[in-house]
Amino acid sequence: MAIALDVRNVWWRETLTIVRDPFSLVFSLVQPLVFLGLFGPLLSGLAGNGELFGGSSLQWFLPGVVVMITMFGTSMTGANLQFEIMTGAFERMLATPLSRASLMVGRALKELTPLVVQALVITLVAIPFGFVFYPLHVVVGLVMLGIFGVGVGALSYALAIAARKTEWIFWAVQQSLLFPLLILSGMMLPLETGPGWMQVVSKFNPLTYIVDAERVLFAGTFGSLTILWGFVAAFATAAVGLVVGIRSIRKATI
Amino acid sequence: MIHTEALTRTFRVGRESVEAVRGIDLDVAEGELVAFLGPNGAGKSTTLRMLTSLLPPTSGLARVAGVDVVARPAEVRRRIGYIGQKDGAGHNYRVWDELLMQGRFYGMSKSDAVESGSALLRTLDLEALRMRKVSSLSGGQKRRLDIALGLIHQPGLLFLDEPSTGMDPQNRANLWEHILRIREERGTTIVLTTHYLDEADQMAERVVIIDHGRIIADDTADALKRKQAGDRLTVVVRTDSVPRATALLATEGAELASRPDPDGTALSIRVEAASHAMPGVLERLRAAGVDVVAASAHQPTLDDVFLNLTGRSLREGEA
Repeated sequence: MAIALDVRNVWWRETLTIVRDPFSLVFSLVQPLVFLGLFGPLLSGLAGNGELFGGSSLQWFLPGVVVMITMFGTSMTGANLQFEIMTGAFERMLATPLSRASLMVGRALKELTPLVVQALVITLVAIPFGFVFYPLHVVVGLVMLGIFGVGVGALSYALAIAARKTEWIFWAVQQSLLFPLLILSGMMLPLETGPGWMQVVSKFNPLTYIVDAERVLFAGTFGSLTILWGFVAAFATAAVGLVVGIRSIRKATI
Repeated sequence: MIHTEALTRTFRVGRESVEAVRGIDLDVAEGELVAFLGPNGAGKSTTLRMLTSLLPPTSGLARVAGVDVVARPAEVRRRIGYIGQKDGAGHNYRVWDELLMQGRFYGMSKSDAVESGSALLRTLDLEALRMRKVSSLSGGQKRRLDIALGLIHQPGLLFLDEPSTGMDPQNRANLWEHILRIREERGTTIVLTTHYLDEADQMAERVVIIDHGRIIADDTADALKRKQAGDRLTVVVRTDSVPRATALLATEGAELASRPDPDGTALSIRVEAASHAMPGVLERLRAAGVDVVAASAHQPTLDDVFLNLTGRSLREGEA
């Protein structure tokens, strides 16, 4: 498949920035560990006996952190692209025979690459504190996040192209969407205790289905419809992202 | 190599539509070195971007390297090299990584990309910079890397958009030396845009002057200068000899013009091969009793050509 090869090549070019400068990867581990170490204890204190989280608050919170770093990482896809639009590297790549979809998917996958390491590290760190690790379930969870992340990455990519003449708009939109989406997915705090309208809104947030599915998977369950809905949300996001992204590349005159 | 018919591009800016390119008919044969010359905003880059499939034409036809740019853009991109106005190499990457990956983007095997990339780094004096980060290169080095990126897949046709804009004269000369050497080695057809008159004059074998989205002249630089402007011969004479000098010069050449000069009056005529005509003209002026203070032969530049064609100087439009 020519497209698969294109995706691989774009992904590898991007990933070379990490390979040549591995310290950036080490640094990227700090953020999830901070969340886990400083936010996690607050949650368990809040929950008291832990009933709110159906057992261990760590087991409930850790999948949320993994989803969060996926969102942070992939929504940044466009930020790196913006820099390359400014320098001319993007135009140079547009002038090669690379398929347009591979330009987006390859970049999004690069943002997902450190995620695998990040997820593994925080999971291993959490084990001594009572986290139960189900490797196979976590792998399926990461695959789901990968599909979802490609969609988010493509949307971020389209946003960068749309905002190519006024860079701050990218950050304004990215920041004002990111946190509402995260909070309204029940990622950081359970929505069950929130007002009714928040629960209603969360039903329209694809991220909610991803977070729910990841929690089920990290808890070591396969036989749940929640997982199926998670994959539906992931594929839908990827499809919408790619359609919007490819259209914006075709229409763009950089 | 290139064939276009009525190639047109209209942009929409707000509610207005701007005709950037209005019907370009162009043929470029294999091995030619062609410069698109014109002021900023003349439509040079837009034309180049249509030819390289980066921008779809509004109407008209373009076949590049035998392929229709609208029907099969990816195939066009496979056959050409494109070097844009800005740095093509990503600043956060290493020189060698960018070059190898560029080869892979064109579907080259790793060993082919290594071979072609190594040869280019040698030719372009970049070997010592292989493992350097692109952001640490100088402007001239970055530009040479761009050339390497555009040639890694050994295209038969290379497009360069304003290749030397912003470079100092020494770096420009150096860049051109490299481009011309590669052309000699490989027989690459080269199409470039420039708003530098001297660059088009010295480097290109064929100059296509573009203004307001149209081709207004297309020939070798020498032929353009000969046909459109011609040599001028200028003599400065004391004011009291002006009538006698004017009468004589009117028989020597055409388009007699006069303007005041600190030493008297400068009279100029259009003649062929001005520097050869000058001794004879001076002799005859002296014989007629005209006191010549100064004399000069002016060979036309492409700016004179542009001025003659449009009534405007290209230099005014220079950025």
